[in-house]
Amino acid sequence: MNNFPALIVVCPLCAALLNLVLNRINEKLGKAVIVLSVAASLIMSVFVLAQVITTGTIHYHMGNYDMPLGIEFVIDTVNGLIVVLVSLIGFLTLLFSDNFGYKFKTRLTKGAANTVLTLLIVGLLGMTLTGDVFNLYVFLEITSLSAYCLIALGGERGIFSAFRYLLVGTVAATFYLLGVAILYGVTGTLNMADMADILNEGGKDQAMLLAICFLVPAFGIKMALFPFHGWQPSAYSYSEAGAAPLITGVMGKIPAYAMFRYLYCIYGTDFKYFNSILVIVGVFSVFGMLYGSIRAIAQTDIRKILAYSSVAQIGYISLGFAIGTPIALCGAFLHMLGHAFMKGGLFFCTGAIRHKFGTVNIEDFGRIYKKMPLTCGTLTIAALSMVGIPPTVGFFSKWYLGSAAAMQGEWIYLAVLVISSLLNAIYFFRLIEKVFINEDKSLKERVYDEFKTCGWKLVLPVVVCFIAILGLGLANVKIIDILMLSLKGVGLC
Amino acid sequence: MLGLFSLSMRPVLAVAVSLIAAGLIYVLGERIHADGREGITITAAVLKIILVYSMIPAVLAGTEIKIELFRIVKGISLAFNVDAAGMVFACIASTLWLLTSLYSIGYMRGHGEKNQTGYFAAFAMCLSATMGICFAANLITFFIFFEILTVATYPLVVHYRDEEGKASGHKYLAYTLISGQIFFAGIVVIYATCGTLDFVPGGFVTADKLPMQWALLVFFMMVGAGIVKAGVMPLHSWLPAAMVAPTPVSALLHAVAVVKAGAFCTLRVVLYVFGPEMAKACHGAEILAWMAVITIFVSSFIAIRKDNLKARLAFSTIGQLSYIVLGICILTPAAAAGALYHIVAHAFMKITLFMAAGAIFVTTHKKNISDMVGIGRRMPITMAAFTLASVGIAGFPFFAGFASKANIIFGAMAANKPLFAATLVCSGLLAAVYLLPVSIIAFKKQPAEVHVDGQLVVNRDFAKYGEASKLMLIPLVITCVISILLGIVPNLGLHLYDFAVMAGNAIFGIL
Repeated sequence: MNNFPALIVVCPLCAALLNLVLNRINEKLGKAVIVLSVAASLIMSVFVLAQVITTGTIHYHMGNYDMPLGIEFVIDTVNGLIVVLVSLIGFLTLLFSDNFGYKFKTRLTKGAANTVLTLLIVGLLGMTLTGDVFNLYVFLEITSLSAYCLIALGGERGIFSAFRYLLVGTVAATFYLLGVAILYGVTGTLNMADMADILNEGGKDQAMLLAICFLVPAFGIKMALFPFHGWQPSAYSYSEAGAAPLITGVMGKIPAYAMFRYLYCIYGTDFKYFNSILVIVGVFSVFGMLYGSIRAIAQTDIRKILAYSSVAQIGYISLGFAIGTPIALCGAFLHMLGHAFMKGGLFFCTGAIRHKFGTVNIEDFGRIYKKMPLTCGTLTIAALSMVGIPPTVGFFSKWYLGSAAAMQGEWIYLAVLVISSLLNAIYFFRLIEKVFINEDKSLKERVYDEFKTCGWKLVLPVVVCFIAILGLGLANVKIIDILMLSLKGVGLC
Repeated sequence: MLGLFSLSMRPVLAVAVSLIAAGLIYVLGERIHADGREGITITAAVLKIILVYSMIPAVLAGTEIKIELFRIVKGISLAFNVDAAGMVFACIASTLWLLTSLYSIGYMRGHGEKNQTGYFAAFAMCLSATMGICFAANLITFFIFFEILTVATYPLVVHYRDEEGKASGHKYLAYTLISGQIFFAGIVVIYATCGTLDFVPGGFVTADKLPMQWALLVFFMMVGAGIVKAGVMPLHSWLPAAMVAPTPVSALLHAVAVVKAGAFCTLRVVLYVFGPEMAKACHGAEILAWMAVITIFVSSFIAIRKDNLKARLAFSTIGQLSYIVLGICILTPAAAAGALYHIVAHAFMKITLFMAAGAIFVTTHKKNISDMVGIGRRMPITMAAFTLASVGIAGFPFFAGFASKANIIFGAMAANKPLFAATLVCSGLLAAVYLLPVSIIAFKKQPAEVHVDGQLVVNRDFAKYGEASKLMLIPLVITCVISILLGIVPNLGLHLYDFAVMAGNAIFGIL
């Protein structure tokens, strides 16, 4: 029980490496170990979350070294929830990806793909849990490297997009390291809490300003915040179909969470230029929300639509950070959770449709609902949630963001929220229209040689996302209460 | 289990019953026989009527049925509060759901429509949302059901799935979603400034919380969603476009749910959120009243020119709904009561007209009035009902429309606004001008053949008697009879007139 925070990360990490060996012996065995390890992470993360809710923030010291020398995992209710989210979506994606194994010619590449996918989960979990700025960098790199691989596995265009992402991602990693170096220079510590204490003594505003100028673009690139999103649409679209839900649903959120950590936990509202930084983040968000949606309207490849919509949706999250009140932060995190299921769910649906009919062009989707009613149900509910139609979770995160904006007198943010929903409505209702109303294109089902489709592994993730989108919506107050335990007192008041 | 059927649970059950029905129809619809599917609709409709009617005595006695289900957002509950105004709308919607469902079965089968499962499921969903709108105790609850109604109506509008249907679907979504999102922003502003969203008869927004220069903007941000759905000009054009849908859908849009939900939204926003004083002080009510007046006239003139029967009825609806908006904006107890009662009166009369139009279409495939010369011989009962309902729309005494209109006129006189009263009188005449010719044409005695411009205009098919199927005929006769009975005894049966007066008095603080 006490070691759960470490085991959440260590379990899948060991399984990922073990898989390389086990895969040689038996293909199924390796995968089974991975799936079990991530399932174990999921269960442990639920336990940890329950513990955090009852007893408060957990500080886990790796190897019992004293702080600030050792590495620390810090779990409060916010990242406790995010860890549950990452391991859940990771688990579903692992199941889902089984059906896309036909693309790999040899057993070795197939096994390697599974390992890389698991490493991505490890990286994301580690980034969320860690309380050490350099450890964050390590996990950031694990995440990035495995993401490059998974995107490159998506075929020829995937390789191009992966290379582009690699170039930009390296810039981000370097920027992050530069930012950390500057902060380390003035504080002499790498532990987040310790760093926050020292920075709060004051007198280091110039160095902090310089560091944040590196950190915001670094996280901006990693979360694909406008205007740093250039790599994202093609990378999301052409990534390996089996891994796409995790990449699109979760990968962008964790750097956003890290940005939140820097802004609100390390820097804090006392920082001299804090409001200016928030304004800048706000401007990025506002333009991102509009730009992403406008670009999405012009696409016909459903993956591109969803990728550009992510540029917009990440804007909602950073908009919450930019408004900065506890309610706004709650809204941002609710949107983070909700959007992971919406976008993940939409990519599960896309993957299922692609698996069955081999198309991603929405013009071909005519009345596909007759053949895939469950998938289209999730597609519809996720699309409605994106637009923000009640009682889906998308409405409620918008409500919190909107009411926080109104209470702070940020009328522009409120207006942009409304406009952005309407832009979302244009392309998501177009998608719904294609699925339910357009002429049936009488698509032919894809036939796979020597490859057995496992139906429930396609259906389960789709159903879980459906339930999560409605469940998070109706139970949003519960989530907000949990988030509030940690966010009370954080941020502007 | 006793708690499940207690008085305070009944609004929840009224919402749930059609929600469950919608789910069942959607899931089972293609797997069971059509009769079984329609059985679900009818059962749910009857249950809903029982649930809604069973609340009448309590509300009449002055008790408000309140229930808070759970926190829907931080600080606000998903809450229902059954008051007199909500009861009026709920009684109408639930009663007409049963009649429309019976009629739909006749129409959809008679016309051999496709996608009936989706149709009945979406219909049930709309009714569920409407109940939520009736009983919602605060703006969040109201907005949730309001948006569900918007989305649930969309599949009905695009029912035929052709280009025309899609185009009107786009139009419908554009109007309702944009106004809905602006409504959302308005609610957010109200919450940020006033800190509460619970409906209060007479309003809760005060000038010290919401500065007067902002009040007008927020007023129109919120009321916009209502008047779009209610088809007040210049925001009406989705409504005639939505006429491409099957006739029972038009009946739903025009009489039962959608436009009435818009009118009801206007009522709640003007009188339960802003309240008469604030609505007057920010000039919102006055501007809205004049918009309604203009709509009443313009829509009547357009209606006169329409040859397509359903289009003519659509513009008639636009005009009639503006009566309600006007009644609300006059800001007197009598006018508010009249406006509420006009929801009832118009519902029964307009649904009769639409059902008649649909019956004509299914039996004879005629859409245009000019093709209907002499149709009264073939369908005497349908056309008699049509005529009576037309007279009612025109506001003749002893028809349902009279009681409501008279109240609005009294209210206008009490508020010293003779122009509004004159508008209502004139528009009654205009209604007679655009509706009665249909009856005159229908019952025209004619020679065997008449040529106009070389065209054969009298159809020999009309010589023989042949009504629509019983499933269509009976509901429309019932609604016609009810609209006459309500004209003679406005309070008949459900005490709807009492409810309307109660609501009017509550808003203006008269005990």
